Amino acid sequence: MKNPLLIVLLLAVTLLAACSPQGPVTLTVMTHDSFAASNAVISAFEQANNVKVVFLKSGDAGAALNKAILTKEAPLADVFYGVDNTFLARALAAGIYEAYASPRLANIPAEFQLDPQERALPVDYGDICINYDKAYFAAHSLPVPASLEDLLKPSYQGLLVVENPATSSPGLGFLLATVQHFGVDGYLAYWHALRLNGVVVVDGWETAYYTNFSGSSGHGPQPMAVSYNTSPAAEVVYASSPLTDAPTGSILGPDTCFRQIEFVGILKGTRHLALAQKFVDFMLGQQFQEDIPLQMFMYPVNPQASLPAEFSLYAQIPAQPATLDPDSISANRDQWIADWTNAVLR
Amino acid sequence: MLRSTPAEGKKIPQTNLLPVRASSWIRPILPWLGVSIFLGLFFFYPLARILWLGLNPAALKTLDAGSILLALHSFWFTFYQAALSTLLTLALGLPAAFLFARYSFRGKVLLRALTAIPFMLPTVVVAAGFNALLGPRGWVNLGLMDLFHLQTAPIAMVGTLGVILLAHVFYNTTIVIRLVGNALAHSDPRMEQAARSLGAAPRRVLSRVTLPLLRPSILAATVLVFIFDFTSFGVILLLGGPGFSTLEVEIYKQAIQFFNLPLASLLSFIQLLCTLAFSILYSRLISKPAVASGPRPAGAALHPAHTIRQKLFLSGMVSLLLILFLLPLISLPLRSLTRLEADRGQRGQVQSGFTSDYYAELFINRQDSIFYVPPLDAIFNSLGYAVLTIILSLVLGFPVALALRRPKRLERLLDPLLMLPLGASAVTLGLGFIVTFNRPPLALVSSPLLVPLAHTLIALPFVIRSLQPALASIPDRLRQAAAALGASPRRVWAAVDWPIVRRATLSAAIFAFTVSLGEFGATSLVVRPEYPTLPIAIARFLSQPGGMNYGQAMAMATILMLLCAAGILLIESLRLPGAGEF
Repeated sequence: MKNPLLIVLLLAVTLLAACSPQGPVTLTVMTHDSFAASNAVISAFEQANNVKVVFLKSGDAGAALNKAILTKEAPLADVFYGVDNTFLARALAAGIYEAYASPRLANIPAEFQLDPQERALPVDYGDICINYDKAYFAAHSLPVPASLEDLLKPSYQGLLVVENPATSSPGLGFLLATVQHFGVDGYLAYWHALRLNGVVVVDGWETAYYTNFSGSSGHGPQPMAVSYNTSPAAEVVYASSPLTDAPTGSILGPDTCFRQIEFVGILKGTRHLALAQKFVDFMLGQQFQEDIPLQMFMYPVNPQASLPAEFSLYAQIPAQPATLDPDSISANRDQWIADWTNAVLR
Repeated sequence: MLRSTPAEGKKIPQTNLLPVRASSWIRPILPWLGVSIFLGLFFFYPLARILWLGLNPAALKTLDAGSILLALHSFWFTFYQAALSTLLTLALGLPAAFLFARYSFRGKVLLRALTAIPFMLPTVVVAAGFNALLGPRGWVNLGLMDLFHLQTAPIAMVGTLGVILLAHVFYNTTIVIRLVGNALAHSDPRMEQAARSLGAAPRRVLSRVTLPLLRPSILAATVLVFIFDFTSFGVILLLGGPGFSTLEVEIYKQAIQFFNLPLASLLSFIQLLCTLAFSILYSRLISKPAVASGPRPAGAALHPAHTIRQKLFLSGMVSLLLILFLLPLISLPLRSLTRLEADRGQRGQVQSGFTSDYYAELFINRQDSIFYVPPLDAIFNSLGYAVLTIILSLVLGFPVALALRRPKRLERLLDPLLMLPLGASAVTLGLGFIVTFNRPPLALVSSPLLVPLAHTLIALPFVIRSLQPALASIPDRLRQAAAALGASPRRVWAAVDWPIVRRATLSAAIFAFTVSLGEFGATSLVVRPEYPTLPIAIARFLSQPGGMNYGQAMAMATILMLLCAAGILLIESLRLPGAGEF
C-alpha cells in the first residue's frame, strides 16, 4: 500500500481502457436478466454485419423498462428487448420506441402483433401455467385439476403455491388469468375461495418453485406451483441425471394459463438505426428464433422455426390461454393488484 | 481519564499525518476532501437527481393520500422488526465478542471466520440454507416427523416474524463481534481486575467497568445493525414472504412494479431521513465524553477458561454459535454434493447419493450461451471488485476516521452524513445512477468500474466505524510521551497509533471484502453481464428450473463461502508493515 491512490487510478484507467469500444461499430442491446442466446448465433450476426453486439442486462422486465424510460433522452442502448404484454402499454405510452415495419413480420401470426404501429415487435411467447408434480398425484391417486374451479375442491386444500403479483411476473400473469376467466366482478370472490382452500402465497418465482414446489429439486410441500408451460422441458434439459420423462406437467384447462408475449423495439435516439433494424430482423429470423427455446425456455413467434425435441416431447401449449388486452392491463393492473392484496394478504 | 478536549490537543505536538503545509482553515477540510468528492459524486448527486424526478412539484401533484397511507403501512413494521432484530443481535453478539476477545481456545480463528460468512452470502443462498434446515421439508422437520410419526411438519418457520429475526441475527452478529470484540481485545483487563479485587460482584464489574469502556464500539455496532435491519429487503421478500413489508420492499414495488416514481421517491426520502435521525442520535451519544483507557496489546487479556463457570460459558457459547452459524451453512455444501432423485413413479422415497457433477458442470458451457461464465472467471471478477473496494474504502475512510478522533464542529456536522449510504434504497440509488451516468462526461453506466464504486459506498460506513473507535481509544498521553521522548510525528504514528489501529484496519478490510463479495442488490443493477460476480452467477442458476441448475447454484454458493472464509483468514494472518506484534 505504498501509494494506494495511484494503484486505484491505474486500475481504473486500465479497466476503462479495456471496455471502451474499439474496432467495428458497437450495437448495444438492452435486455432483462432472463435474456440468453448462443455464442454461435450472435457471432453469426456480428460477422455478417461487421459489428460488435454488447448486451446490457438491466434487472427484471419491470426494472429494465423503467430504466429505458428514465433514460429516453439519452438512451443507454440501440435496441431494447424484453417488454412483455403486461408492460407493453407502459412502454408505448412512454414513447421509447422508434417504429420499424420489419419485412419479417409478414411471417408472424397476427395474434402476436399487439402493436399495430409496429414500435414493439413480437419475438417469443410462453404461457404462465400451474405446474404439477406428477409423482405426488400418482402416489395419492389424485386426479390432476382440470380448471380454475377445480382448485377450490377440498381435495386440493393447501396444495397450490402462487407468487405475489406485486413482486413477480408469473404471479401477475396468474392473477390476470383469473381476471379474464371470472371477470372484473368475479375474480376477487374466486381468490377469497382460493384463500379459504389454503393457497400459499410467496413473493418470487424462485421461492415458489425451489422452496415450496414438490416437483422441483427443492422438494417442498406443495405439488402445484405457478410457473411456465416450458418448465417441465427445462426439468428434463437440466436434470441432474438423465430423465426419460418430465417429472412435472402443466395444467392446461381453459384460462388456467396466461399467454405472455415478449417484444423487441428500436430505442428512439439510436445512432445506429440501420444496424438496429438489421438486428431486429435477425431476432425475428429463423436462426435466432430456433435458438430461443433452449436458451430462454420460451416459444419462437416465427412458425417456420422448428422446435427442439425436448419441447415437442415435454412442453405443451394450452388450447385456450387467457389473453388480456395490454391497454386494459395497463389501465387496471395497479387497482387489481391492490384489490388482490387486500383480499388475499390482509 | 476523559478523552482530551480540543483545547488540550492544541498545546501538544500534533500528530500531523498530512505532509501538507496548509493554512489553518484548509487543514481541517483536507481529510474530508476524498470522501466528500466521492460521496458527492456517486451518492448525493445521483440520489438528488432521482429524488427530484419523483418529488418535483409537478410530480408530487400526482400523489394521492390513499396510496401514501397504504405504503406507510409498512413503516411501523419496519421500525419494530429492526429494533427487535437489533436487540437480539446484541444479545448474541456481545457475549460472542467477549468470547473471542477474552478466551483462547482451539479453532477460534475458524469459528470467528464462520460467523462472518453469512454477512456476505446473498439472500437467495441464505434462504436456501434456512430452508434446507427449517423449511417444510428441512432436516429438522423431517427428523421430528420421523421421530414422532407426524404427518405434517411441526415447525412452520418460513413466513413468520421469527425467521426474519433469526436471519437478521444470522447476518449481522458479525458486526457486533468485529466492532465490540476489537475494543474489548484492546481494553485494559486490569481495570476489571482492580474492580473485582475491590470486592465488586461480576455483574457490577460488567455494568460499571466493562460496558462503559465499550460504549463507543457498542453504539457504533448498534447503529450499523439497526440501519441494516431497517433497510432489509431480501430477507423480508424471500423468508418473510408477502405477509411482511418494509419501507425498502414498498419502494421496490412502487419504483419497479407500479412505476410510481413520486411515491417511491417519497418513501426513499422518508427512509433516508430516518437513517439520518439514527445517525445523528448516534453522533450525539458518541460525542459525549467517552472513557479512553490505556489500550492493551491485543491478546494481553486472552486466557483459556479456568473456572467451571468460565468453561460453561465457553462451551455454551461455542455450541450456540456452531448451531446458529454452521447448521444453516453446512446444508449448502452438503446439498452441492448430493444428487436427489425421486423415484419417479411413486415418490414416497427420495433417493440420494454423492455426486460431484454440479462442480464438473460449472466448467461446461453446455448450451453455448453468450452469458456463460467459467467459475474461475466469476471468482476472479468477485476478487477484483473486492480488492478495489478494500483499497478505495480504506483510502477514503482512513483520513476521515482520523479526523473524527478529535471531532470539532465540522466533524460533528459531517459525521452523520457518512452513514446515509446504508439507508439509501438500492433500487432508488440504482435508478439514480442510471439517470446520472448515462451520458458524457460521466457515461459510467456501461463501465465495470461502477460495481466497486457502489460496493465502496456500502463498505465505507463500516470501514470508518471500525477505525474510529480504535483511533479514539488511544489516549493522547501516549502520543505526548512519545513526542516528548523526541519521536517525529511519523514515528509517533508508527510506534503508537499504527500498532493499536492495525487490528481495526484489518477488521475494516474484512468488512470491505465481505460487503463487496456478497453484495447483490446494487450489483445486479449496475453489473456488466460479461463480468458477473459470484452472487450474480448464483442468481442466474436459480432463475431457471431443473435439478442441474439448482445443484450448480449450491456449488457456486459453496465456492463463495470457501472464498470468503479463505479471504478472511488470509487478511487476518497478514503481518502489516510497521506493526510490531502489539
